[in-house]
Amino acid sequence: MVALAEKAVRQKTSRFQFILDRPTVLGPLFVSPAILYVFALVGLPFLLAIYYSVSAYTIYSQSYRFVGLRNFIDIVQNPIFLQTLVNTFIFTFGSQIIGLILGKFGALLLLRPFPGRKLVRGLIILPWAVPVALATVAWQWMFDSLYSVINWTLIAMGLLTRADAPNWLGNPHLAMLCVIIINGWRFFPFAIVIFLAGITAIPQDVLDAATVDGAGFWRRNYQIILPMIAPIVVVGLVFGIVFTFTDLSIVYLLTNGGPVNATSVLGFEGFQVGIVSGDVAHGAAISLFMLPVLFVLTIVMLRAIRRQEI
Amino acid sequence: MAAISTRDITKEFGGVAAVNGISLSVPDGEFMVLLGPSGCGKTTFLRIIAGLEKQTGGDVIIGGDVVNDIPPRARGIAMMFQSYGLYPHYKVRDNIAFPLRTQRVPRAEIEKKVDWASQLLGIDHLLDRRPRQLSGGERQRVALARALVREPTVLLLDEPLSNLDAKLRASARNEIKQFQQRVGTTTVYVTHDQVEAMGMGDRIAVIDHGRIRQVGSPAAIYDDPADRFVATFVGTPPMNLLACNGGHLGFRPENLLPRDMIEESEVTEFSFHVERAEYLGSERIVYGRVDGFESTQEITAKLPPAHVAQESIRPGEAHDFAVRNSALCHFDEHGNRVRRH
Repeated sequence: MVALAEKAVRQKTSRFQFILDRPTVLGPLFVSPAILYVFALVGLPFLLAIYYSVSAYTIYSQSYRFVGLRNFIDIVQNPIFLQTLVNTFIFTFGSQIIGLILGKFGALLLLRPFPGRKLVRGLIILPWAVPVALATVAWQWMFDSLYSVINWTLIAMGLLTRADAPNWLGNPHLAMLCVIIINGWRFFPFAIVIFLAGITAIPQDVLDAATVDGAGFWRRNYQIILPMIAPIVVVGLVFGIVFTFTDLSIVYLLTNGGPVNATSVLGFEGFQVGIVSGDVAHGAAISLFMLPVLFVLTIVMLRAIRRQEI
Repeated sequence: MAAISTRDITKEFGGVAAVNGISLSVPDGEFMVLLGPSGCGKTTFLRIIAGLEKQTGGDVIIGGDVVNDIPPRARGIAMMFQSYGLYPHYKVRDNIAFPLRTQRVPRAEIEKKVDWASQLLGIDHLLDRRPRQLSGGERQRVALARALVREPTVLLLDEPLSNLDAKLRASARNEIKQFQQRVGTTTVYVTHDQVEAMGMGDRIAVIDHGRIRQVGSPAAIYDDPADRFVATFVGTPPMNLLACNGGHLGFRPENLLPRDMIEESEVTEFSFHVERAEYLGSERIVYGRVDGFESTQEITAKLPPAHVAQESIRPGEAHDFAVRNSALCHFDEHGNRVRRH
């Protein structure tokens, strides 16, 4: 005991020797790489984009001259931009609706036990996991004007004749439908995961109570399950909308915005104007146009779930 | 109101029998408790009565009709769950109204019935709250109100008190029992808690490994157990068992008394070595062993009030104890009760 007590008397040490034991020092130290990373790769480009959007910068005349909101006024007066804006909304909400419907039904099917369910649950992730370029090329062949496997099947079944087979990517409306379908197809595994997570988190007692209380399949789904998983679904939907609203890969790979801008979306248009054409200032203005839209949308949805919170 | 009976109900999950041939009949208006250790199949059996689980074999009969192929909503039952199963996104009012809405009861009627049920259970001031804003006891009442609002013919309760604290549980026990007597609904109540079973049941069915071991009044279950399982499952501390002639000799701790306290002559005497004692306020429980018998467990004796205050029996001592012969139970080598007259 005596020996222990003597050992406990420490020599005087520097007040900085245990500095890493303080949460107020160690915490910020650990978080700082992440903050620096986000600042360098997201914050700086974002500030730069804001600056570009109020300057007259093009790659041919690299002037940082401040022009105020001139660029924004220009693009709003451009009918192509307005069509792009409308396209973006149609593209985003169309593909989200397809994704949600497929996700809900897929989740309900995958909740039932059947042989090979684990395998199917794994494989269903593929559309989401496959590189978008690969998937889009595959879809491109399916929608091809000559070799479309969809048209071929419909003709073989006698539902169509060669003459009135649709030109999927050539018709403006059908082309928009195609990009929506592909994006919905890419999004639905994510929706399935979200729905599965939500539904499996509902206590069995609640579902049993609803069954005993006389609720059939539809009532259980729409009055019990959906309201209870609404918060998690809305969070998933916010993610889906943000990613789709800013996406340009499918449009770029499949239709290149065509035919005649029918499938051009904000991200694609910003890329075309700012990078391909070199008009960085207008490109930045187009891209930044997404920001307030997404901001308002996200706030509205997150407020909606807070009010709904259980 | 309706009587329930089951005929040889079996239920297998992947080849394992959870319910192994239960035939039980509950007369109209009875409070029947299904008592058993966890995993004995009592909840599965209740869910089969409710129709939430489809039995592998056997019949469920409610009010004289075989209801095997009738869905839960058409069986005229109401059920209350262990964690209540309240709908978290609905207010209390809508929770209680839900079973009526599914039956398309007119709006005015719903309002009247919700008022009736909530007043009956004293929760009419909570109608505009959500379940998460309620305490455990309040939630339990809301669940009961929801179960009763459509005036079921049969009420099924699955461990409804296990989420309450000890004090609340005692008063809720009393409330449910009084309530059931007032309404007179045939009730099946599942629990693993023998105090609940003894205190509430008109009759108790003791279940183990998917089979009924004994059905009877609380007194019959306690004083006259049908086999070794019932004898040791019911009672705290459980019945003492001594190996004897290949079978077992059993007696309750409160029947093992100091020799001088028994005046009758028909007794069996034991020399009891006290090893430790527990003072529990109203009683004193002593643990030890008896000479000449083998036992896998410690022998316990619950000392009567006269011996509680004065510490006349201390650890380390040996005393003469005895049990009235009428209080002895004999079990054969399979654990079945052997009646000796």
